[in-house]
Amino acid sequence: MHIPDGYLSPSTCLTLGAVMLPVWYRASAVVKKSLDVARIPFMAMGAVFAFLIMMFNVPIPDGTTAHAVGSVLIAIVLGPWAAVVAVSVALFIQALVFGDGGMLAFGVNAFNMAVIMPFTGYYMYRLAAGRAAGGSLRAVVAAGIGGYVGLNLAALAAAIEFGIQPLLFTAADGTPLYCPYGLSVAIPAMMTAHLLVAGFVEAAVTALVVKYVWKTAPEVAAPNGNEK
Amino acid sequence: MIRRCWILLIVLALLTPLGMLAEGTAWGEWGADDLTAVVGYVPQGIEQADSWWKAVFPDYSLKFIGEGEAAGKIGYLLSAGIGAGLIYLLMTVYTRLVVGRRTLPVPEKKG
Repeated sequence: MHIPDGYLSPSTCLTLGAVMLPVWYRASAVVKKSLDVARIPFMAMGAVFAFLIMMFNVPIPDGTTAHAVGSVLIAIVLGPWAAVVAVSVALFIQALVFGDGGMLAFGVNAFNMAVIMPFTGYYMYRLAAGRAAGGSLRAVVAAGIGGYVGLNLAALAAAIEFGIQPLLFTAADGTPLYCPYGLSVAIPAMMTAHLLVAGFVEAAVTALVVKYVWKTAPEVAAPNGNEK
Repeated sequence: MIRRCWILLIVLALLTPLGMLAEGTAWGEWGADDLTAVVGYVPQGIEQADSWWKAVFPDYSLKFIGEGEAAGKIGYLLSAGIGAGLIYLLMTVYTRLVVGRRTLPVPEKKG
């Protein structure tokens, strides 16, 4: 899901990059205000976890690969704004050092995996968990559902960003300048990979690790995963 | 408990070479060579972008280790460690700048 440079027009990258600036600013303000000192190291650990889990590529039947991200897990434990910061930092190092995701496309990748994913996954979790106590079976299952939904909506966003390129940007002779595939190819390809395979990996990772954190460090996880 | 979370991260880092087993590239992340094979040409924008940013360790491979499957796996494992270290460092700098100079509990070890 890490969009490389060249697949999106510079204008697409700049637009979503511009959207990210106030989001990062707000995330910092919320983190500064609400994250208590005891949970700070866990924010760094969350960023490291997201980086590592993204290295586990899983095979997709069509011959491509996909991976889990970990954003929803961080959002449930530390709050969605903390997830914005932690996952953005992981994506930044991936682009800068390992060329995984473009530098110009960094804002777009952050928008998909560090904003859409943690927020949609977190609110899906809240909806599914209801008033269930953190660590209860219902909350653990809800965390899995949140992970599944969050990853798939991030994948859908990436598919749309890929798919609108040939509609908007073509060379004089009509050949696409950037991503050559339109929505009718990009959406099925991205969604098959994530709905059928990677989404379940994300669900399992989110549910298991959230359960682990609730069990080993209950004081770290937000009570019922709420607030913050 | 913070120690147990570190253990989880270290185990995860040590297992990363398993993440290389899946063959193929993620959809939409093809290099110029793959694109020629898949679409038959390389769109102009992708061709131009191909060279503008050179990552230090592209695709989590450390060229100085050498080539081959074992070197690839070791490079991937070392990349996991390097990336994890850099991210931890950047997050620590970030939290110190943003959250302020409050005393931070220092974790015992890092992976």
